[in-house]
Amino acid sequence: MNLSLKLLLAACAALSFSLPVQAKEAAPLAEDPVVEKRLIKISAELRCLVCQNESLAGSQAELAKDLREEVRGLIKEGKSDREVKDFLVSRYGEFVLYRPQIKPTTYLLWGGPFLLLFIGLFALVRFLKQRSKMVVDTPLSDEEKKRAEALLKDGQS
Amino acid sequence: MIPELGHFALILAFFVALVQGVLPLVGAHKNRADWIAVARPATAATFLLVGVSFACLTWAFYVNDFSVEYVAGHSNTQLPLMYRLSAVWGGHEGSLLLWVFMLVGWAAAVAAFSRQLPAAMVARVLGVLGLVTVGLMAFVILTSNPFDRLMSPPAEGRSLNPLLQDPGLIYHPPLLYMGYVGMAVAYAFAMAALLAGQLDAAWARWSRPWTTVAWVFLTLGIALGSWWAYYELGWGGWWFWDPVENASFMPWLVATALIHSLAVTEKRGSFKNWTVLLAIAAFSLSLLGTFLVRSGVLTSVHAFATDPKRGLFILILLAIVVGASLLLFAARAPKVSLGGRFELVSRETFLLVNNVLLVVACGAVLLGTLYPLIVDAFGGGKISVGPPYFNAVFIPIMLPLLVLVALGPVARWKQADLPAMLKKLWPAAVVAVAAGIVLPMLAGKWHAYVALALALVGWMTAALVLQTIERFKAGSPTASWWGMQLAHFGLAVMVVGIAMVSTYEEERDVRMEPGETVSVGGHTFKFHGVRESRGPNYTADVGDFDVFLANGKFLRKLYPEKRDYDTSQMPMTEAAIDPGFTRDVYVSLAEPLSPDKENGPWAVRVYFKPFVGWIWGGSLLMALGGLLAAADRRYRIRAKSSSAVPAGAPA
Amino acid sequence: MNKFTLPLIGFVALVALLAVGLNLNPREVPSPLVGKPAPDFKVPHLHDPGAEFSPKEMLGKVWLFNVWASWCVSCREEHPIIVEYTKRPDAIPVIGLNYKDKRDDGQRWLARFGDPYVLSAFDLDGRVGINYGVYGVPETYLIDKQGVIRFKQIGPITPKVLEEKILPLVKELNS
Repeated sequence: MNLSLKLLLAACAALSFSLPVQAKEAAPLAEDPVVEKRLIKISAELRCLVCQNESLAGSQAELAKDLREEVRGLIKEGKSDREVKDFLVSRYGEFVLYRPQIKPTTYLLWGGPFLLLFIGLFALVRFLKQRSKMVVDTPLSDEEKKRAEALLKDGQS
Repeated sequence: MIPELGHFALILAFFVALVQGVLPLVGAHKNRADWIAVARPATAATFLLVGVSFACLTWAFYVNDFSVEYVAGHSNTQLPLMYRLSAVWGGHEGSLLLWVFMLVGWAAAVAAFSRQLPAAMVARVLGVLGLVTVGLMAFVILTSNPFDRLMSPPAEGRSLNPLLQDPGLIYHPPLLYMGYVGMAVAYAFAMAALLAGQLDAAWARWSRPWTTVAWVFLTLGIALGSWWAYYELGWGGWWFWDPVENASFMPWLVATALIHSLAVTEKRGSFKNWTVLLAIAAFSLSLLGTFLVRSGVLTSVHAFATDPKRGLFILILLAIVVGASLLLFAARAPKVSLGGRFELVSRETFLLVNNVLLVVACGAVLLGTLYPLIVDAFGGGKISVGPPYFNAVFIPIMLPLLVLVALGPVARWKQADLPAMLKKLWPAAVVAVAAGIVLPMLAGKWHAYVALALALVGWMTAALVLQTIERFKAGSPTASWWGMQLAHFGLAVMVVGIAMVSTYEEERDVRMEPGETVSVGGHTFKFHGVRESRGPNYTADVGDFDVFLANGKFLRKLYPEKRDYDTSQMPMTEAAIDPGFTRDVYVSLAEPLSPDKENGPWAVRVYFKPFVGWIWGGSLLMALGGLLAAADRRYRIRAKSSSAVPAGAPA
Repeated sequence: MNKFTLPLIGFVALVALLAVGLNLNPREVPSPLVGKPAPDFKVPHLHDPGAEFSPKEMLGKVWLFNVWASWCVSCREEHPIIVEYTKRPDAIPVIGLNYKDKRDDGQRWLARFGDPYVLSAFDLDGRVGINYGVYGVPETYLIDKQGVIRFKQIGPITPKVLEEKILPLVKELNS
């Protein structure tokens, strides 16, 4: 093709790669971004019941979409996070919560790690104190000193 | 024919492994040099036979032999070659054969690279590895034979899950298994020492490079898995605290504690019992992980097709392997000597605190992973324990560790001068406070969590620099020292990535018509519609996006896809990512919003992920650090002449 | 027993737990609605869009509420069992809930495989299902004379479940 046509095509290409000032800004998928934000926050802590192990926020399963729609409705009605979670728990049980509720059955779960840490550090301190009493430093004898020096010299070669 | 050969090789390998497991151990016990000498050749033979078996399975996939049930279940004539070959480990039976292959591979490596170790010791190590191999092979042969034939072979295979048709499948399982299974070597060394009644600093020196290399593989394997999930799943997540992820993370935490504990045992002869226990624990967690993934006891996106019968077999295997080692430990541990003395403030103590923190963190992950099972077993119904729990519990335990990373390397063995240390490190404290205040504000908005994380990173990094300056004054540092610094630096880098992306990531979920734009994180995306395209075994809707920077300059094009694989019902999202040093931008096609896919509107998700690459970059640095440390000269020094103390004398 | 046997003891406990775990099914989620009144709703019939059904209509009777769909593969497994059951002289009424289906598909499915239901309620958007905690079709509820859910079957009804769990309870509730 001739030069002027090439130039024209190049100009078009340059224009199409320019700042899209006139381009229209895409509309958010959600009707109400504030509601959406709360939805994402709440549903990230909920389990998708038909998936193997995914949160309600990310799952593409049919039931997950339905439940997200349901939660959206509840948020618009002005329900609090607690009320939304209770709504789902009363229908699906506690299994739907990714953050286990703190109650007698889960005291061990929530307290366990910190209890372990406490026990670990306590046992460590006790062990260290006991140990320093048990282990006595014996200084090297002359013969052992000579052997140590010979080994050190060897190791430097 | 070839599958039968593979099956036969496997059965033969079972018997050779039995010889490898029994003869050298008895020989070392009875001091029979001829039986001890069986160890290396038996190990080599087992390795070759399993290799043949693995090659036969690979061949069956290569030629798409659908008369083999496992091949029919995972392969397909339209499947591209590289995925056909990696489909060998795409399912339970094949991945288990990979497990066994890695195990005998490690054993062969120990056999080859242990010339400087006493023969009886090597015999015991290889013997223990042989027995573990026998157990795993029995599992494969009796319950999970990949060579089972179908009575009437189908014309076409079921093919690989589309999520697995990705380069990630080529690298992630082998690397991960190399690490996972590599813990067996540390375990074998520990068992050998307990059996011989000879637990000393020399044992720690021999085990250390093996453990470190296995740790390196595990680090890489986990990091690769995380990265793969990030770009493959299409929703930008990189860690989900899924039971199978936890199953690989727990051995990693304990292995990290182990390599630090081995440092003390090697240098000072202390903590021998503790180190041995860690070595047993690391491999036990690997076996536990194998159990959790394949038994159906927990729900996970990664779980293989579950079968309680197989679960029972692994459980019995786990009970025998770990039970025997813990029994031996209980018997021998009281007789082990204590090693060198050290003060309350010393490097030994700092490393012990490191160990406590890592082990408690591992315990927390284990508790959270198993808790639903515990509640169910006691009739308490079904609960879920998910990311909110793990994040709430794991992060606070790990934060003190980040403080320690700066202190440990500058503390003296035996007795550290804490006031002098702190005086040396005060510039690091200043950097920490400055980083915590300034950096979050630069990034956008000041948040307490990210400020804390960045302050700790500032502390660690500044301390690293100070240490390096100080160290060079004393002469040229060893590879081992460089390894430590690099690994700790990698940790700091990773923390930056995690903190920044968790706090400052942005996501926009929009409805886009061709010609429209959306902005996120200073980048603007322009949509040009979708066109259909055809891949080797799928049809795809390919989105066309231009990406512009904040100043209006054109950056590049991105082509996210929505794929429909011929053999699968579920459509798959293939995100398009522009990776960068300081951020990733990520575009994902969610779904079409009208029947006109080419020119109609689509639901699109765009992400801005600042510093997310630092998560895996940091992991890579950690792994490199480990390699450097393992390559240190002192592990390759041969046993010296008569002036040397005979290695292996009880301390 | 010294401190060195602690790891072994801990491990034995772990193995015991895992052994018990092998007999449990982590995917089966029990319903919190058992023992509670069946949630009320009002939806059109599948076959007669003009008529509406509410569970209040069934007060005073013991009945089965079976959630099904034409796109559900497992439903085909249990459907013959329900059809057979309703032929018995002492069978209690079975009301169907056609869940997230197309009217045509639902009606065709029943025409093809048999219609054992007194009627099928048509739950187009699945909101009745959500209120009943439905997460995997088929699911079946046994509701007593006071309108309280007494039993929930997750997954297809098998002859074993019918004979061993449902029918004895039906007898008890009817006496």
